[in-house]
Amino acid sequence: MQPFTTLTGIAAPLPRANVDTDQIIPARFLKSISRSGFGKNLFANFRYREDGSENPDFVLNQEPYRRAEILIAFENFGCGSSREHAPWALLDFGIRCVIAPDFADIFHNNCFKNGILPVRLPREVCERLMEDARLGGNARITVDLERQVVVRPNGEEIPFQVDPLRRHLLLNGLDDIGQTLQHAAAIDAYEARQRATQPWLAAR
Amino acid sequence: MSGQTPKTLFDKIWDAHVVETLPDGTALLYIDLHLTHEVTTPQAFEGLRQAGRRVRRPDLTLAVVDHNIATDESRRTGIEDPESRLQVETLERNVREFGVPYIPLLDARQGIVHVIGPELGRSLPGMTIVCGDSHTSTHGALGALAFGIGTSEVEHVLATQTLLQKPARNMRVLVEGNLAFGCSAKDIVLAIIGRIGTAGGTGHVIEYAGDAIRALDMAGRMTVCNMSIEAGARAGMVAPDETTYDYIRRTPYGPKGEAFEQALRWWRTLPSDPGARFDTEVRLAAHEIAPQVTWGTSPETVLPITGAVPDPEAEPNEARRAQMRRMIEYMGLTPGQRLQDLKVDVVFIGSCTNSRIEDIRAAAAIARGRRVAEGVRAMVVPGSGLVKKQAEEEGLDRILKEAGFEWREPGCSMCLGMNPDKLTPGQRCASTSNRNFEGRQGPGGRTHLLSPAMAAAAAIAGRLADVRDFQPKEAA
Ligand code: SF4
Repeated sequence: MQPFTTLTGIAAPLPRANVDTDQIIPARFLKSISRSGFGKNLFANFRYREDGSENPDFVLNQEPYRRAEILIAFENFGCGSSREHAPWALLDFGIRCVIAPDFADIFHNNCFKNGILPVRLPREVCERLMEDARLGGNARITVDLERQVVVRPNGEEIPFQVDPLRRHLLLNGLDDIGQTLQHAAAIDAYEARQRATQPWLAAR
Repeated sequence: MSGQTPKTLFDKIWDAHVVETLPDGTALLYIDLHLTHEVTTPQAFEGLRQAGRRVRRPDLTLAVVDHNIATDESRRTGIEDPESRLQVETLERNVREFGVPYIPLLDARQGIVHVIGPELGRSLPGMTIVCGDSHTSTHGALGALAFGIGTSEVEHVLATQTLLQKPARNMRVLVEGNLAFGCSAKDIVLAIIGRIGTAGGTGHVIEYAGDAIRALDMAGRMTVCNMSIEAGARAGMVAPDETTYDYIRRTPYGPKGEAFEQALRWWRTLPSDPGARFDTEVRLAAHEIAPQVTWGTSPETVLPITGAVPDPEAEPNEARRAQMRRMIEYMGLTPGQRLQDLKVDVVFIGSCTNSRIEDIRAAAAIARGRRVAEGVRAMVVPGSGLVKKQAEEEGLDRILKEAGFEWREPGCSMCLGMNPDKLTPGQRCASTSNRNFEGRQGPGGRTHLLSPAMAAAAAIAGRLADVRDFQPKEAA
């Protein structure tokens, strides 16, 4: 996983609430068995018309947002299906940070596992960032995970909160399976206890 | 328990599964059952392979195919779509390589992962259950802590049989009194989502309680818990009781004999203690719930069937007004239009929300002696091979087929636009599934969520209809 420290880039405005993971990547594109290649179908139902051509009205089909690395949206981003293909599609497209008033739990989790930083900021702040994003290429936004601030194009710094453990893993690009396996002895002990007290759980 | 702080059902299961607590409060939580399917696992097994890791507890893992497969006879001759076939073949290769128990497509027990877990007796009270699928919340109906995870977490569970988790907040939803005629578990959960909204449960685990919940059979409790995720909650649960234990006694792989008695002694300690604290509490009166149907593209846009499409111009909040306009346009509606005047093209009875034997009985009770309206495609997709077999033994397939319904093979089917069962653009569907998102059932498809009985009524009427106008007809 690529570490996330500081990102300065173009932010795409997506002024919608309840952007669900079926919108981010529709089910018909979930058939790949690898983690990459989902970017071309990110927001497919909005990005392409029925004949397969690009829909020029959708923000990610417009310059400079084709190169967006940050996405600004409204409430309950990432709701619905647990598909990790949603963050994979965002990442494959080039988006490494999503800023919204709040996120659905599973999507929020999945972002951290893939080097994407979800930033929760109040609705009014997201509205201001949405205005910044509309300015396009001349108004880059910086997301600094080390200092935990979003820097607006006018220099204003907006602090944000992030879970310390997740911040640590993201800053260092660490995979958490390796971390957990350091607790193997505790897991062994738990299993031994369970075998004694809850024998019905063993395979039948 | 004397002298201790009263605990909720969630707290008790949580505490019993903490392997270790990390300094920042994150728990390493032990997982008792890991269910898997073809869509959210290929990258997880690939990750294991790359890291040279094995599956720690194949015996606590179970794999099945459900999302990608056809639900007609063509399943016997192989999967047509090359990508779907590759995904299923990949799962088959992975379960062989890693020694994971697997229920193949043509096995009599094959079905939707959230239907087969409980029905086989693999999902039990007090367990922690995960699956790379948000509707894992279904298994909470047994009094388990069950929740959906992403593919990286699937890999984590495969490798370690644990998950890193932060404790959730407790929410209790109390549904009190008796359900009115024509209403079911689906109407309860749609009404709850209408009340608290699609983000109302975010960060919470919901415990459903109250006499209306207690009165539900296991299928009904599963329907309610299933849609917890549509209310934003990570999990939903119902405390185990005699209904639960009777259900488990009848399952093929549930504990038997002394093992059952021993388990039962623990299960009986699980219900929330009197005085246990919930961070949030919501109350609904069951008798006030009318048959529900969604009109928009979010499960919270739900109304009684007697309602009409709302007028966005009457909505004071600008963002919500814009969202409503968009939904109305996508759904092809006009403000003020009566829901009962909406003609349907397709009726889908199935999905992990409503494809159990009780759901099929409810649909068949309405279909008996009637005919599906001209021009409507109506399909019934049982949740598993065992449900299908049971329904056929009861003759429900005949009733449904005589009425003009398609009787299909088990799978996720038209719940999501991934396998051959899809809506075409502009088609309007009365569906017993759980998501009415744009394009969920196929690009451009328009979904109205409702109960199995309401779906059957819509098939007969050719439009959204009030099931209370349909008295069941006696068997001929
Ligand atoms: S039936 Fe629908 S919601 Fe349930 S597991 Fe299948 S696709 Fe998911």
